Amino acid sequence: MSASDILVLAETPRGVLSGIVAELLGAARRLADATGGHVLAAVLSADGSPFVSGLQAADRILVVNHPSLAEYSPELFLAALQAVIQAETPRAVLVGSTSIGWDVAPLLAARLNAPLVLGCQQASIEDGQVRATCSLCGGKMLANVRIQEAPAILMILPGSFTPATSTGKAQVEPVSPPADLPAPDGARVAFRQWILPPPGDVDITAQTVLVAVGRGIQQKENLEPIQQLADLLGGAVCASRPIVDQGWLPTTRQVGKSGMTVKPKLYLALGISGAPEHVEGMSGSDLIIAVNTDPKAPIFDVADYGVQMDLMDLVEPLTQAIQAKKTT
Amino acid sequence: MKIAVVIRHVPDLIEPLEVDSTGKAFDLSSAAFVLNESDDHALEQALLLKEKHGGSVTVLSIDFGDVDNSLYAAAAKGADQILKLLWDDPNRSPSPQQAARMYAEVLRSQGPDLVLVGVQAPDELDGVLSAELAVCLGWPYVGVVRGVQAADGQSLLVCKEFPGAVMAQYEVRLPAVLGILGAEQPPRYVPVSRIRAAMKSTQIAEQEAAVPAEAARVEVDQLYPPAPAERAEMLTGSPEQVANRIAALLEEKGLLR
Repeated sequence: MSASDILVLAETPRGVLSGIVAELLGAARRLADATGGHVLAAVLSADGSPFVSGLQAADRILVVNHPSLAEYSPELFLAALQAVIQAETPRAVLVGSTSIGWDVAPLLAARLNAPLVLGCQQASIEDGQVRATCSLCGGKMLANVRIQEAPAILMILPGSFTPATSTGKAQVEPVSPPADLPAPDGARVAFRQWILPPPGDVDITAQTVLVAVGRGIQQKENLEPIQQLADLLGGAVCASRPIVDQGWLPTTRQVGKSGMTVKPKLYLALGISGAPEHVEGMSGSDLIIAVNTDPKAPIFDVADYGVQMDLMDLVEPLTQAIQAKKTT
Repeated sequence: MKIAVVIRHVPDLIEPLEVDSTGKAFDLSSAAFVLNESDDHALEQALLLKEKHGGSVTVLSIDFGDVDNSLYAAAAKGADQILKLLWDDPNRSPSPQQAARMYAEVLRSQGPDLVLVGVQAPDELDGVLSAELAVCLGWPYVGVVRGVQAADGQSLLVCKEFPGAVMAQYEVRLPAVLGILGAEQPPRYVPVSRIRAAMKSTQIAEQEAAVPAEAARVEVDQLYPPAPAERAEMLTGSPEQVANRIAALLEEKGLLR
């Protein structure tokens, strides 16, 4: 145990090591190199052994096994993670900006009265202080922050850090769960079941062309010409969160942190500002063309080509121009 | 079921965001404010629960960012009681930690079964109000929630969103705090005429809550907009010119078949 160690929460929803954990380990290694400490990975599970091979970039893998940790539940996981933190007293705790992270990181900070930063894109340790650059306001602002107290809890945005390479020498150590950890059914928040999306809708992760719409579409009726454009391109229509929240498209069409991750050959982003949560799900596309009225929209940071224009002014001429190209 | 909903006004991201002379905080003196989107969904979820299972909905807000309009809109949508907590600095919003303590003080005396709060606000940097509030009250918490149903008088069935349009369903014992990402249906539209009527008929109760001292554990050194985009090549011209250019690009890359 050392106050210079960096602890990573290795989350495993539905029995799969979350993709962001490799990035967290990469960030943790950079910080640990600065402190001279070790990289610790905490796995909270009914049986953590299947995840050990994916955590070999850590120095130590702390495995908390308990039947109550078979599926994620905020209270139970928080209690188990708190036990690890109390035993290890790390300098910083790195948590992904994920569905689980959005519970665990703020609850942990509030319980421990510890400093928390959200939307962390860069992190370093200088003069004993954790320094971070964080994204806020949907990526329209950045904040450089400094944290003196330990443990600093950093919620890391996916895509911000290079994944760590495996050393293959991580030491696996069992950690006793809290003695009073309730049985799964005894918890105030008890997992009941996973609910999978209904089958039958278009699988947007399998499409080579996606026409994505965001808040700039303004009304549901505007989806019709956009669907025609997508049909012409042999693709499908997908969306950012506000469109799904409005009920204009099903959740199976949502791209981003809590939706789908897509990597089409063409991603035509219409009226999407490019909040980090959306970019996370589409930045791996081969060609990104973005249309937005706001010249400062963060989507232009990830797009290959940008157009500053109202999307509805462009859709019809674009449909005609593509139609013309296809018929010649 | 007695439901409390916390709503906040936040800077409108459509408008330019200004930084004050310290370079470390927003200049909110001329900012436009809007209802925080996930709080709007929290209100909708509360109204849906009330319609389905009965009970009452109380909407609480700290008096910041011209929030009255949204409070009257909440009344017009069907909230039973509106409560505003006094706050005397128009240029600085309370931190999530301060706000949580203020709301907790009031909620302890109100005694709701359920508190719904939007899971995120765009200007939150060093705390999440919904989770802070749950810890202050000592109540169970689930965030990133996209649907709530009453299971029985003692508990709720709550859907938490995961990637890939997957949900995890939890049974949550009451009283509880939920961080709402989205309601089961879009926030309802309320005509301006009904909001005007609510302005005449609704009494916004005002209450003082002790404002805890700010204990910033995260020091902001600089707040700034990101450097202008460099990656995208901007296509300019009339819509027809831009459309032809995009069509040519797609043809060149073999994407028109």
